[in-house]
Amino acid sequence: MKRSTALALFSVGIALYCLVPFLWFVLTSLKSSAELTAIPPILLPSFHLSFYRSALDNYGLLHYILNSVIVAGSATLVTVAVGSLAAYAIARFQLKWTNFYLLLLLAISMFPQIAIAGPIWTILDRLQWLNTYQGLVAAYVALCLPLATWILTTFFRDVPAEIEEAALIDGCSRLQALYKVVLPLAAPGIFTAALLVFIYAWNEFFFALIIMTDPNVQTLPVGIALFPGEYTMPWGEIAAASTMATIPLIVLTLIFQRGIVRGLSAGAVKG
Amino acid sequence: MKSSQRAALWFLLPSFCFVALFSIYPIVESLRLSFYRKILTLPWLGQRMVGWENYTDLATDPVARDALVTTLLFIGVTIPLELLFGTGIALVLNQVFRGRGLLRAVVLIPWAVPTVVASQMWRFIFNDRYGLANFMLFGADTSSYLAPLADPYLALAAIMIAEVWKTTPFAALILLAGLQSIPDELYEAASMDGASPSQKFRHVTLPLLKPALLLALLFRTVDSLRVFDLVYVMTQGGPADATNVLQFYGYKKTFAEGMIGYGSAIAVTVFLLSLALALIYLRGFKTSRWEGARP
Repeated sequence: MKRSTALALFSVGIALYCLVPFLWFVLTSLKSSAELTAIPPILLPSFHLSFYRSALDNYGLLHYILNSVIVAGSATLVTVAVGSLAAYAIARFQLKWTNFYLLLLLAISMFPQIAIAGPIWTILDRLQWLNTYQGLVAAYVALCLPLATWILTTFFRDVPAEIEEAALIDGCSRLQALYKVVLPLAAPGIFTAALLVFIYAWNEFFFALIIMTDPNVQTLPVGIALFPGEYTMPWGEIAAASTMATIPLIVLTLIFQRGIVRGLSAGAVKG
Repeated sequence: MKSSQRAALWFLLPSFCFVALFSIYPIVESLRLSFYRKILTLPWLGQRMVGWENYTDLATDPVARDALVTTLLFIGVTIPLELLFGTGIALVLNQVFRGRGLLRAVVLIPWAVPTVVASQMWRFIFNDRYGLANFMLFGADTSSYLAPLADPYLALAAIMIAEVWKTTPFAALILLAGLQSIPDELYEAASMDGASPSQKFRHVTLPLLKPALLLALLFRTVDSLRVFDLVYVMTQGGPADATNVLQFYGYKKTFAEGMIGYGSAIAVTVFLLSLALALIYLRGFKTSRWEGARP
């Protein structure tokens, strides 16, 4: 067999493996109720939008999407701001204890979530932050800081110190040097870190489940996991909600795949 | 330099506040609570120091023992498959061919799908009436359709399939980065020595891929021990506790039954398990016979 034929066969196999299960769910969301329960299953639906309408009207899908946008958006902004400050100090000052802090972050991220979930619940309970956006956002910031700080540090290290020293000589403060010189030069890295944090916060389920018990503030993953169905599951609506939760992420991933691949391997390989 | 010390402190302070309050304190507090008896939702009842009792209870708890076995079985089956598929995908993506960028984008899709969505998706694929799995196995013969998620063995297998599908891309990306760091000159030198493609793979690719494999193994192990979303959505730990992995058992004890002391003991056990596995890997990779092949 020729090399190019073998490569083509493998590529098609990999693509089918990655695409078919999700594509099946997307097609399910575009069926009508009669098509959904047909045996044998109908491969190509008639592209009904009734399940989308039902998910929006009867299950308050828009509400969950809004909560997710608020929580994931705020978590991303705070994590990148706080993480940039820390990563700048670690990359620029190269002190023993700042390097130790980076290792500490890595060690923390190795703990299973269940090991911190109980005490976090108790803290948020005392602050009366259960079922609030800021409660979930605070937990997400702490969870995402290790990854964001690692990625940002690797990108900040690539910004030459001379450019920044010139700015300091010209009378900039450290903070001004950071946001006037270093941040613009490291913009691709910041964008990558923001993207990965956003995807994490958008997808996170465990903490969202234990912190948000009130349906009014629940995020999309909790809404999709707890889809109400007493006797028969509303599979069409679940598929529609799932598709709407996933399409934005797939679009982001396809557009920014280079950055994501670089960010994931920076967080992994240099870690 | 004193001033840079102080500046560094100010830059790190916001990050440290979040990490101290929402990561370090909870870890220490969990460790402490694992020696106490306390009800999560009734804090006014107080807490009582019980010594090692939570741990001795855990050692004799048959549900916990089954959960440990299920967890080890779960990572023992899924991680080798993920590394195998991941290496295959990485080897293909490392070739130069038309459409490579497109394929790399497609490979990222399972990674980008939220785990809860992947869970519902596989739950529907394994549905007893309308599932794609049943149709592919039995066609339209509905009388022989299975209910995989209601069967103890099949339910665990279903969750394993979902996990492998969702996490293979991450393993592939790490291994691809490892492949790309292998210098072309080594392959050229091997070709000049008359090495066949399979010899090149065994004597150049595999030894130099070792660090990336170790890294993928470590990341995937730590992450697999945290499997929760799939179990929660697909089976709720059932049927008959067949998919009750340790992390899910810890969640149930802490948040459904409120026994935070016992739940903390489970959490500490999960952590010790990941630490032990990490040490075993590091040792195994150090003494493996690949070591001699390093350039």
